[in-house]
Amino acid sequence: MGMIRRTFLVGGAALVGGGIFAVQYGDSSAKSQAATLTDGKGGHNFGTWLRIGEDDTVTLYSPHTDIGQGSNTGLAQMLAEELDADWSKLSVVSAPAESAFANVVLGKGFLSEMSGYPGIIGAMPMSLLGMVARNLNLQITGGSSALRFTGQQGLRVLGAGTRAALIETAAGRMGVPASELTTADGKVLHAKTGKSLRYGELAAEAATRSLASKVALKDPKDFKHMGKSVPRFDIPAKVNGSAKYGMDVVQPGMRVATVIAAPVRGGKLLSVDPAPAMAVSGVEKVISLESAVVVVAKGYWQALKGARALAPKFSDGGHGGLSTASIFAEQDKLRAEGKPAKTAGEGDVDAALKASGVKVIEADYRMPFLHHAMMEPFALTAQYKDGHLDVWGGMQDPLGAKAAAASAAGLAADKVTFHPMLIGGSFGRRLPMYMEVVDQVARVAMQVPFPVKLIWSREEEVSQGAYRPQSSAKLTAALGPDGKITAWRNDFAQPEDGLREVPFFYDVPAVARRHFKQVSNQTVGAWRSVNATQHGFTTESFMDELAHAAGADPVEFRLKHLKPGRHRTVLEEVARRSGWGSPLPAGTARGVAVVECFNTIVGQVIEVSLAEDGTPKVHKATAVVDCGTVVNPTAAEGQILGGLVMGLSSGIGEAITLEKGAVQQSNFSDYEVLKLANAPSVDVHFINSGAEMGGIGEPGLPPATPALANALFALTGKRVRALPIKDQAKA
Amino acid sequence: MAIEAKVNGKPVSFAAEPDTPLLWAIREELGMTGTKFGCGIAACGACSVHINGEITRSCSVAVSDVAGKSITTIEGLADTEGTLTALQQAWIEHQVPQCGYCQSGQIMAAAALLAKTPKPSDADIDAAMTNICRCGTYPRIRAAIHSVAGTAPANPA
Repeated sequence: MGMIRRTFLVGGAALVGGGIFAVQYGDSSAKSQAATLTDGKGGHNFGTWLRIGEDDTVTLYSPHTDIGQGSNTGLAQMLAEELDADWSKLSVVSAPAESAFANVVLGKGFLSEMSGYPGIIGAMPMSLLGMVARNLNLQITGGSSALRFTGQQGLRVLGAGTRAALIETAAGRMGVPASELTTADGKVLHAKTGKSLRYGELAAEAATRSLASKVALKDPKDFKHMGKSVPRFDIPAKVNGSAKYGMDVVQPGMRVATVIAAPVRGGKLLSVDPAPAMAVSGVEKVISLESAVVVVAKGYWQALKGARALAPKFSDGGHGGLSTASIFAEQDKLRAEGKPAKTAGEGDVDAALKASGVKVIEADYRMPFLHHAMMEPFALTAQYKDGHLDVWGGMQDPLGAKAAAASAAGLAADKVTFHPMLIGGSFGRRLPMYMEVVDQVARVAMQVPFPVKLIWSREEEVSQGAYRPQSSAKLTAALGPDGKITAWRNDFAQPEDGLREVPFFYDVPAVARRHFKQVSNQTVGAWRSVNATQHGFTTESFMDELAHAAGADPVEFRLKHLKPGRHRTVLEEVARRSGWGSPLPAGTARGVAVVECFNTIVGQVIEVSLAEDGTPKVHKATAVVDCGTVVNPTAAEGQILGGLVMGLSSGIGEAITLEKGAVQQSNFSDYEVLKLANAPSVDVHFINSGAEMGGIGEPGLPPATPALANALFALTGKRVRALPIKDQAKA
Repeated sequence: MAIEAKVNGKPVSFAAEPDTPLLWAIREELGMTGTKFGCGIAACGACSVHINGEITRSCSVAVSDVAGKSITTIEGLADTEGTLTALQQAWIEHQVPQCGYCQSGQIMAAAALLAKTPKPSDADIDAAMTNICRCGTYPRIRAAIHSVAGTAPANPA
């Protein structure tokens, strides 16, 4: 972890103080391809992602999908900041799902963070990174990456480089030294003569210049756009019904389809008699796919009635023995065998646990599969006509979706166009690793002579998910006579380790975080904040258990194990702002948790009481966030609020369980998502530490469940070691 | 046989089969897509509309049951010039929507609440606002409703 931090601090420190930053543009072949897609009608392309029109309009071709987190507005603020653009003339559109718009900067950021070899990645030329991004179809929104990678390392630099090219062009036209020129609101100004030139007048010539290899970025004290709560571009269309999501696509002559897939992942369609569906008025076709059956009708209701009339027979692919219990049993077995796939931490934990005079404490934690429950079920439209396949819909990686559609249809990539639509929630579900819906709609479109919209029912959506993995952990620690932790062991079993993204930051002399890699046939995936939910819950719950065992206050106990630094500051601040330690009404208690996720540190304090049925009622939450620099405070606060609510929701009531290989939940009736009445009032504070920029879309989530569980312990003396909490409350 | 009703003040004639949920008749027959499909079992509220002024989850009402009735959808809140209601404006001022998919239903539920209870308490809001928002915008929904009603939350953030 340390290596990664240091690598980024070089860039981060330079950015915070203004100064020089190395330029990272797309390579020249990508630029010319992008230019053909964005130019014309008096527009000129800069660094693939920016178009300046001769009419002074500035268009940002965002390589990110705004899945509701407001990232496109934030990216525009970052571009406008360095470009000195006229905000009123700036707009954001989704970058075309074409390889020229593959996200080179994101490739670099992710490869550095995930590979463990940032030095090598940093030394790679951008043209090579561009090739990697394009070959990986990298146009992903995920990993809380938009602002911290694409914005900081991409669009700010592009804005500054383009501004420099505009100034040089103006200097030539005016016949004055570039050093005498300034910029503001889309114009280059010469103070001495009062002359000015609009960016639109300069764009054509400026676009022919090569952008400088080094650019100076602004000092934060000069920011006009960054750090301001600019209203999000996307919101007005979301209050009057005019926003168009994948669900809302209409094409002339379009039919609507729905699908029933094998209830056990890996199962195949053995047989289906189409007659009962064909007998339903409006049903036109029943299509058998390898592991699903699709009913095509005039409208959704008819397709659904047709699908429900069918009695398809599926195999279980040999996975009918899988269950929630069998997965936990497998995880326990792996732990007992004691052969971790990966270990992080240092010090001799075994010796420290056996040392004389220490108190050894153990606890086992269990966490269920979690479902994304995006509000818009999958709805993709496809049409195959004249040798070309068009696909409309919302996915977190448009380029990846295009590649998946081409593969399913058996077409070359240049015979497929993906049209990105607004996304009605995602939280990781629409990432490219699990694009079976794209595969399905492409295969159906190849078999019908009209456009077809494939809508997953909510039942399909819940039972065919790519869930947050079921996970378990055995925590063991030793407490010394002075009440400090002398050894910490976390034996956790789940598919991925997550050790790098979710660092253990407490000051403990001997630490072993041991990953027992357990995989099953059940599809799992990235769920908002990824592995930070599991590590956050186990680490912060166990810290609370240890505090109790040491007879210490949970905040004081954590502070004893935190050296001065960002984590300590966040904890002190959330304790202060929440009134930690001050009296509460009878029947109410507080809990605390601090988790680092995607380089952002979030501390939360939750106040809870119990409802009459024994379920928790959260009244108030306080969150303190250090994400380095905040680009749009109101939008960022919304992300922290939303993450906190989702964390409470999952901790209190959510679980996907398996029996005989199949998911047992089917809809919001048995997958319970928190509602407004149980959402607390939330107080959010940001610490502008100036550290390297961290993520904002995900880090608000992980502390909520452990803070709640810790508050419940303070209230009832009953420790939450298995989620969701409602199962324990009712037990 | 066509089913006659009014949608956003205009007479409409639904040709859909009588058991078709009103949601799909609105979306697919009238082509009005502001009303959203979320769950199909009246559990999430994304499809909320007003039928004769009553908040109703349109995925679970047959189109035959709205004969002669007056339906208002999210598209019918603003006036004919497109001017938003104070409630919709509050949704913008408080930057409520994130993904936005549930917000048509949330706004319809809030509009129905305020029509009956112009000065709602937090308990009134809790009881009326039972639609699901997965993005977790609930604290801002509550704040936006209070700001329009001129009421104050019991436990201000």
